[in-house]
Amino acid sequence: MLEVAARQTQLEQAFSKLTGLVLTVLIFALLVMLAFWLAERASEKIQRYVKYLLFLTPALVFLFIGLIGPALRTLYLSFRDARGDNFVGLENYHWAFTQPEILEVLKNTGIWMVVAPLASTGFGLTIAVLTDRMRRPGLVKSLIFMPMAISFVGAGIIWKFVYQFQPNDRVAEIGLLSQIAEWLGFVPTNWILTSPLNTFLLIIVFVWIQTGFAMVVLSAAIKAIPDEILEASMLDGASGWKRFSKVTVPMIRGTIIVVLSTITIGALKVFDIIRTMTGGNFKTSVIANEMYNQSFRALNYGTGSALAIILFIGVLPLVAYNVVHLRRERAER
Amino acid sequence: MTNILKRKKVRDIESVKTHLSSPWASFAAILLATIWTIPTFGLFVTSFRPSTGINTSGWWTVLTKPEFTLENYSRVLFEGRGATPPLSQYFLNTFAIVVPSTIIPITIAIFAAYAIAWFDFKGRNFIFFSIFALQVIPLQMSLIPLLQLFSGGLHIGSVTVIPSFGITGTFIPIWLAHTMFGLPLAIFLLHNFIAQLPRELIEAARVDGADYFKLFRQIVLPLSIPAIASFAIFQFLWVWNDLLVALTFGGGKREIAPLMVRLAEMTGTRGGDWELLTAGAFVSILVPVAVFFALQRYFVRGLLAGSVKG
Repeated sequence: MLEVAARQTQLEQAFSKLTGLVLTVLIFALLVMLAFWLAERASEKIQRYVKYLLFLTPALVFLFIGLIGPALRTLYLSFRDARGDNFVGLENYHWAFTQPEILEVLKNTGIWMVVAPLASTGFGLTIAVLTDRMRRPGLVKSLIFMPMAISFVGAGIIWKFVYQFQPNDRVAEIGLLSQIAEWLGFVPTNWILTSPLNTFLLIIVFVWIQTGFAMVVLSAAIKAIPDEILEASMLDGASGWKRFSKVTVPMIRGTIIVVLSTITIGALKVFDIIRTMTGGNFKTSVIANEMYNQSFRALNYGTGSALAIILFIGVLPLVAYNVVHLRRERAER
Repeated sequence: MTNILKRKKVRDIESVKTHLSSPWASFAAILLATIWTIPTFGLFVTSFRPSTGINTSGWWTVLTKPEFTLENYSRVLFEGRGATPPLSQYFLNTFAIVVPSTIIPITIAIFAAYAIAWFDFKGRNFIFFSIFALQVIPLQMSLIPLLQLFSGGLHIGSVTVIPSFGITGTFIPIWLAHTMFGLPLAIFLLHNFIAQLPRELIEAARVDGADYFKLFRQIVLPLSIPAIASFAIFQFLWVWNDLLVALTFGGGKREIAPLMVRLAEMTGTRGGDWELLTAGAFVSILVPVAVFFALQRYFVRGLLAGSVKG
């Protein structure tokens, strides 16, 4: 009886959520249409101003309230205490660079920044070159690319299952990694608890996702190499490896660097994988996760903001490089 | 004559390609693709096994002892536990978050992109470059102030600039946050597309007496559909798969928490319930992967145009 009642309210809840959703979308659409209807009927003189109001202002207001303002405030908060009440100078930054736990976090972030982009780009380039020599690369590419559609949380669960360890000797292993280790004659351990191995196991999850991105972008770059150059190198008798290292790689050097820096940015900001797989325990925490912990668990806005600023400073040169590169590429086109 | 030449050229290139294609490369590529797929496949198989089987033998043993059930799905989707609603409720929440969080930023972004590309005004380039540069701000830098803004409004001294509206605990902060974080990339991508529309077309319409609103409605918007589709897929996948924004702006309320928040919670507290975890994870993966395969072409196009969230 109780269960029926519970199900009833669940259905009611679902219904009210759906109506809310439909109403929101409808209201939004009606507002936009009304604005257009009114604007199109206004005199030309009014239109001159209204067009900025309708087309440009919403975006600028959102960007200011959502990004510019908050970013400045985070900078301000990073020089203040836990509740933002008093000025503390550089204390939060001093804390970040002296506290052993945070140093561990920064070290892990460093490992992520180096290993994850190199591995993803390496795999991506390998697969791009291999599939370039296939007659029908479609399926292979789709399979490698598919993890990009899977969330970090979903990927975390998939791989946590791969890393699953059976502490009870009499029960068979159910994690693939443990089983493979056993088949190869090793004794499986509780992988996810073993530092520093666990950081690399988490990086594998990230690489598994990002390789697809690297492959697609590099594959397009390889396709864009003029056939004449490949033909010429073949007539010169260059072997497969020589063609790869002396022709392909130099020709797509710019793209490789953009892919590397893009993945480095992603690695710097990684959060979900850590949260899902270890929660930042067992010495696997990284800066984005610690920032969340400080801000919303410890409720220390000062240290949380300082970590966000450190993250920003880490990301800044990479994004700046990408932006400049993209601009230059566009100008050349 | 030219036709024959062209055909000969095509044949030459084909011969280069055939020469380059090698069975070893194909073999290695297929091997890697298989390795890449095995973890997902393992999850898929496990989600259909009875729980006793999952915990006592590896999923690869189903080849010799096949035994499948749909019970995991019905349990995780429709049976709650105490105060915790079943996953179908979270699925609905994800849906309620994704739709507005995709529609709103695209609408606002295409407006702005059009204005920056086709209105003549001072500071146009400055605005475009500033929006472009905003991609350097990581989400983490906005979280605390935005959360404070949503819960308490904005006050300077005793003057209330923005009231709090009492929206905490509803979907609205999550929609707004996704809109704000999605805008720089959306404007950038759509601008690149809209700015490349032929000038003659725009000018001809202007001469015919179309004002900037009609011009947008009748010419710019219909022509921009491919670019909109590209970005829509990105934003959809991004919002569907997001954990951080929902975790921060959802305030831990179960009534509005999406799938990802629930799954992350389940992994933490009930790491051992693999029958529920695998089924739940598969439910969460299904929609984005389906969208991805259906619209892969647009996705790749967007990716190559530089749509990587900074």
